[in-house]
Amino acid sequence: MAEYNAMELMICVASRNLEDGATVVVGTGAPCAAAMLAQKTRAPNLCTMFEAGGIAPRLPAMPISVGDSRTFYKALHAGSMPDVMETCQRGMVDYCFLGGAQIDMYGNINSTLIGSEHHKPKVRFPGSGGANDLASLCWRIMVMTSQDAKRFTEKLDFVTSPGYLDGGESRYEAGLPAGTGPYRIITNMAIMGFDETSKRMKVLSVNPGYSRDDIQDNCGFDLLWSDKLADTKPPSSDELRILREEVDPNGYIIGRG
Amino acid sequence: MSSGELKTGNNELFTSPDVDAARGFFKEKSRALESKLSTVEEVVRTMVNPGDYIAIGGFGANRIPNAIVHELVRQGKKNLGFAGHTSTHDFQVLVAGECFDHCDIAYIIGLEARGLSPAARRYMQSGKVRVTEWTNAALAWRLKAAAMGVSFLPARSMLGTDTFAFSAAKEILCPFTGQKYAGVPALFPDFAAIHVHESDVYGNCRVRGVTVSDQDLAKASKRVVITTERIVPSESIRAHPEDTFIPFWCVDAVIEVPYGCYPGNMPYEYYSDEQHLREWLQVEKDPEAYERFVKAEILDTKDFNEYLARNGGIEKMSKLRAIEMMTDTE
Repeated sequence: MAEYNAMELMICVASRNLEDGATVVVGTGAPCAAAMLAQKTRAPNLCTMFEAGGIAPRLPAMPISVGDSRTFYKALHAGSMPDVMETCQRGMVDYCFLGGAQIDMYGNINSTLIGSEHHKPKVRFPGSGGANDLASLCWRIMVMTSQDAKRFTEKLDFVTSPGYLDGGESRYEAGLPAGTGPYRIITNMAIMGFDETSKRMKVLSVNPGYSRDDIQDNCGFDLLWSDKLADTKPPSSDELRILREEVDPNGYIIGRG
Repeated sequence: MSSGELKTGNNELFTSPDVDAARGFFKEKSRALESKLSTVEEVVRTMVNPGDYIAIGGFGANRIPNAIVHELVRQGKKNLGFAGHTSTHDFQVLVAGECFDHCDIAYIIGLEARGLSPAARRYMQSGKVRVTEWTNAALAWRLKAAAMGVSFLPARSMLGTDTFAFSAAKEILCPFTGQKYAGVPALFPDFAAIHVHESDVYGNCRVRGVTVSDQDLAKASKRVVITTERIVPSESIRAHPEDTFIPFWCVDAVIEVPYGCYPGNMPYEYYSDEQHLREWLQVEKDPEAYERFVKAEILDTKDFNEYLARNGGIEKMSKLRAIEMMTDTE
């Protein structure tokens, strides 16, 4: 079996969730790599969108900003931020990727601050940016992150972007669009989804080299477990070759520079 | 759907969404088709007043009017309000002058994949800045509401989160469907600076590449300065009127500033100077070294051209152009 690192595994798993013909808003880094890998494997007509307005570029290299000129290189459209956000709000964007400092059992995310005083936080982060909008308006929200008990926490210091809020129907009662919500949380240890009724995070698949105990011990809340718990399929040699040679040849994201 | 009690964001609204007050201002704004050529020094001296709320076009380090941002620091402008909408390097520079003390936040402190600005983080953790949270779409739609001349727009994001609770948005119900929305108030900045590819002397201008929120920003703002890579004859604007991105009546001043987005990325012109942006992030770690850096790069330079010259001048610009055009690998 081919050797690979955790980032390579997460990117491969994420890419398998993006089907041909879908639309996905991506940021810089790993999500962009996942979308590029999907395009070069099973989803050549996956439409990538960047929140500053770039739509369906032929990325010549990894963008360093979601508004830099690579995000609309040979693109089908160089639009605007309202264009992209309104397309999300109309229901035409299938996927987005988010990240943050903290995530809870309902997939709510904190990327704003640590501390209790809003104007004088212990640690300030960038804030929502477009994350809250994408988490509210895209059909399926995915997260790629390494997993530890500090990041996967019982209570967020600040709910920047909505997951299933307090679980159950609370997301929709708050006014957020029906049928939307967190879909997959892809970590170095496992792939999680969400329970249909309680909307709590549920482990679907265990990554090679990790145990159920590893996954629970590195999570600050109780995880649910799928009845059909699977083993995550490791990256194929084709996926790894394309990822290393074509998607991220400089190793900026997969750490092989 | 459950309506329940409608919630209100608890934080401060820094600008008035009063549309009749805005109409009163725009009623008096000049519509004259006359040359608006000016200088960076004059615009910042005469058009930015204490306490003004300002906004910067582009996307953080992409197509930003950096000569104006530097001049705000150089002239020691303080106590401004700032629209932290997709701000990155522009925010970093304004923090160097502690130019603002209240801020609407969508995205601040970070420079995206480049990392976080230590100085911006220190400033935003100091308690010196009054802040209100928003999102990128919320601020884009606040500008769009102002551009439309209406006092708010309904949005389906922000709901149910602390981002909403620490904003100044208000939940509202649609009078037709009962759908719950976050009402986001119109944002009329006092001053906006936007960098473009081409403008005539009247301020009719063209932009290439993604446009972010700049069309709405130009319409929403009371005073608008355009910095442009090139001044072009007005006849060339008239030859392709469908390409006019911002029309002259939005614009109060036009300044030709070649390489005016440096060290940011100007699409189809030059790529970002990643080495210099790394230098900023690096030197900020040591507050004393950082103070010397800001003094040397901004306060002690007489203008933006001197900043360009300090950082490699035309030779550097040629290299950045080659990266943008992808001719450096040919």
